[in-house]
Amino acid sequence: MSRTPKRDDPRNVILVGATSGIARGLGRRLVARGWNLVVTGRDAARLAPLADDLRVRGSGTIATLVFDPSDGAAVAGLFGAAAALLGAPPDGIIVCHGTLPDESGALLDVGQTRDAIDAGFTSAAMVLAAAARALEDRPGAFLAAISSVAGDRGRQSNYTYGAAKAGLTAYLSGLRNRLHPRGVAVLTVKPGIVRTAMTEGLAAARSPLAADADTVARDIERAILRRQDVLYTPWFWWPVMTVIGAIPEAIFKRLKL
Amino acid sequence: MSPAPQTLSGWGRFPVGDSVVATPADRAGMARAVGGDHGAGLIARGLGRAYGDSAFVAGGTVVETARIDRFRGFDPQSGLLDVEAGVSFAEIIAVFLPRGWFLPTTPGTKYVTVGGAIAADVHGKNHHRHGSIGMFVERIDVCVADGTVVSCSRGENSDLFHATLGGMGLTGVIVAASFRLVRVETSRVTVDYHRTADLEETLTVFEAGDAGSEHSVAWIDCMASGRAMGRSVVMQGRNTPLGELSPEARRDPFGLPRKRVKSVPFTPPVSLLNSSSVRVFNEVFYAAHGNRRKVVDLDTFFYPLDSIRHWNRLYGPRGFIQYQAFFPRNSSLDGLRELLSTIVASGAASFLAVLKSCGPADGAMLSFLEPGHTLALDIPYRQGVIEALCGRLDRILLEHGGRLYLAKDALMDGTTFRAMYPRLDEFLAVKRRYDPDGLFASSQSRRLGITPV
Repeated sequence: MSRTPKRDDPRNVILVGATSGIARGLGRRLVARGWNLVVTGRDAARLAPLADDLRVRGSGTIATLVFDPSDGAAVAGLFGAAAALLGAPPDGIIVCHGTLPDESGALLDVGQTRDAIDAGFTSAAMVLAAAARALEDRPGAFLAAISSVAGDRGRQSNYTYGAAKAGLTAYLSGLRNRLHPRGVAVLTVKPGIVRTAMTEGLAAARSPLAADADTVARDIERAILRRQDVLYTPWFWWPVMTVIGAIPEAIFKRLKL
Repeated sequence: MSPAPQTLSGWGRFPVGDSVVATPADRAGMARAVGGDHGAGLIARGLGRAYGDSAFVAGGTVVETARIDRFRGFDPQSGLLDVEAGVSFAEIIAVFLPRGWFLPTTPGTKYVTVGGAIAADVHGKNHHRHGSIGMFVERIDVCVADGTVVSCSRGENSDLFHATLGGMGLTGVIVAASFRLVRVETSRVTVDYHRTADLEETLTVFEAGDAGSEHSVAWIDCMASGRAMGRSVVMQGRNTPLGELSPEARRDPFGLPRKRVKSVPFTPPVSLLNSSSVRVFNEVFYAAHGNRRKVVDLDTFFYPLDSIRHWNRLYGPRGFIQYQAFFPRNSSLDGLRELLSTIVASGAASFLAVLKSCGPADGAMLSFLEPGHTLALDIPYRQGVIEALCGRLDRILLEHGGRLYLAKDALMDGTTFRAMYPRLDEFLAVKRRYDPDGLFASSQSRRLGITPV
């Protein structure tokens, strides 16, 4: 007879892009465990109600930080700022920010392509670089970032987004290889299509394969606790992407995917 | 680009209608959605647990509150909880029961949103003592037709407060509210079961035990006829105090058993709940519940059907309607008797039939309950048959000064509605004040003539 949330040792974690649909559910789960969080976002007006929500739900410290992950100076100062807000050095970071460029119509132009790569890869890699430097000497620490199944193979419907996520997946893989001997876990999260504000109105969000943000958040929470390496969420994307990855390019280029 | 309309229905899966659906990410987004151009009407939708056609508008726009779901604040001294409208009762229980707080009243499912609960002014098994949810609501924030958010309470904009409470979303979109939670010492309820032989004894048991029981409800056998008509199993319960738990249970007083949630995976081609299957169920249920006392957990007591996901599919592709009638105290015995004999004679099976006694009204303009009794039953949809039956039941209700619950209604006509809800004109005057162009409308409000077709 027990569903009362279990408390574990409080973790001090930075949640980057906390207003995203997946991060919202994830933040709620982590504060219910008693963890302390610094939630970041670009827009202070959207962060405040999010932090209020987490404070009602959790018993730990919840701090907000207006933070632009594309701003190099801000990224360099992220861990210092978070430590000051929490009163303790962070021992984990979850990178959730991202946007989905619309590649369904005309080809993206040069500027749009750069923006999409910067949003999907460059800023996340910068944050992870700062995190790796801050956490490399903290055994037990973890880094997690939301990549995508779209990064496993480029498809005509979202290859710029997919390329950025492929870069992120490779970056995380290398970081894991580098930090593993130091006892630091690195988690690559590969969700499929998730029903969030980001995918609102897209036909794909109404597909039977689309998952609820909370299902994905639950999987991520579990993967962090298990110190897992790569998470496909929901689970069926692992066999699906294995099959898609095995299709010879000569056939793949003819498919409408 | 306007997204394709989706076919929506209430929990009864009858009737259906096509609406364009928007799910704003926050309250600012909701204000933009409401302030946009919606010539064909707009209505809010929470978790879609109203049974009929109150949470969609055929040809119009539905705004979901699913993402407007943040807690805003909680005062552990008074129990006052401030939330956005899309927060569900299930979420509130998950966060607050472990701290010793529970909902002040709750319907038979926890998968309702705060916004929907206020719009339908929901009631639960403690209505005879405390009234409906409106009794505990201190403030409602309503996004009205021009896209601005108006805060209302009993002291401030009280016209909007009493029209929005129970107003089925027709004054605007409820975006936030504050209401009081109540203290509980454990997650258990101590229940006394009484098996009664007929309707009269059922009402007598209510009369005798309700004053001392926090929660009270009767499962009623709607297939029983003749002298056994109205035979019931009355369940009267109180929140179990800590001292009455076993030493073992006391270590986790707010724990709930982890139940395997069963699911109805698809809609069977015909209703599985027909007169034969329901008759067997009723006999077994009646026989199984002798007079005794039992301690059960809150989920089992308040939300027995929540353990079967998509149970509404059992009624087959044509769905079902839920008919919830209220009779004032002085006419309830006669009214219920006539209603039950009409249902028994029709052979319409009701799997879930619930009778309970009702307490104070909360002042809402379209308020459903006041002192008396309410009977709720499910009837599988059969075209033609059900319309005729409900028409007969509506007339019985009217003759006895009763009324039908808007959160369940799917078939009533405008004339009947007007006769049952005498404060309608007062409600319409408030609606005009905050919604002069008649933006907020549902398929139900058009059927009932609350808004023009």
